Amino acid sequence: MNETTITAKPDTPFIEVVREFDAPRERVFSAWTDPQLLPQWLGPREVTMKLLTYDARTGGSYRYIHADERGEYGFRGVFHNVVPHELIIQTFEYDGAPDQVSLDITSFEDLGGGRTRMHGRTVFSTVENRDAMLAGGMEHGLRDSMARLDEVLAR
Amino acid sequence: MTVDEAEERLDRAFTALGDPVRRALVARLSRGEATVNELAAPFAITKQAVSRHIQVLEAAGLITRSRDAQRRPCHLNAAALEELTSWIDTYRLESERRYRRLDALLETMDSKEQET
Repeated sequence: MNETTITAKPDTPFIEVVREFDAPRERVFSAWTDPQLLPQWLGPREVTMKLLTYDARTGGSYRYIHADERGEYGFRGVFHNVVPHELIIQTFEYDGAPDQVSLDITSFEDLGGGRTRMHGRTVFSTVENRDAMLAGGMEHGLRDSMARLDEVLAR
Repeated sequence: MTVDEAEERLDRAFTALGDPVRRALVARLSRGEATVNELAAPFAITKQAVSRHIQVLEAAGLITRSRDAQRRPCHLNAAALEELTSWIDTYRLESERRYRRLDALLETMDSKEQET
């Protein structure tokens, strides 16, 4: 199993993620940048992802909408820097929290043998915004915590 | 309570929930208290078997039983369950699910490449 390491140190505005994948770096990068592939994995399972714009090149932008039975949630940002197969630096903003822009720095490390390690760092504008993001995940999760419990235990 | 005691309790709770019947019992009790007979009704197993599952859940601190001699209904120990769900850290879980979908996608990309 490929474990996900998530670090969110108290009193810092960062969330760091490290995850390995059983696929070469080029393929992982494609899954991240190809508008055909991205909606197949990004976003909570129970929402539909509508990708309106996704131009993963330096200076490009993106916009997508998550829709579920309770409504629609829009997200947008720009690609500050995209180095094919290596690095993506992009901004992220949720329509529901205007101007609380965060920065996502994602790099892909070739481990050889067809494996890749992804390093992700999200930088929020304040510690409070970071904590709100984490708490939002909690809230969302508690709605179907029993189902989640099943999944965890089924591993 | 020491860290070790807390960990031990968490272990017991997870072990207790590692069974589909016991998870179904917990799910049922999350909607309100119920007697053993009421809990056993939807299952194709004996009332005795359900009773044993209830004992395991009780020992794990996930449910409690009233001392009402007539009915002795079971209740969910909401605090114990809350401890579990917050421990699971839903943010981490959401991320993990996302990356697992990506794992699956990467696998299909692999087979497509082999076809061509």
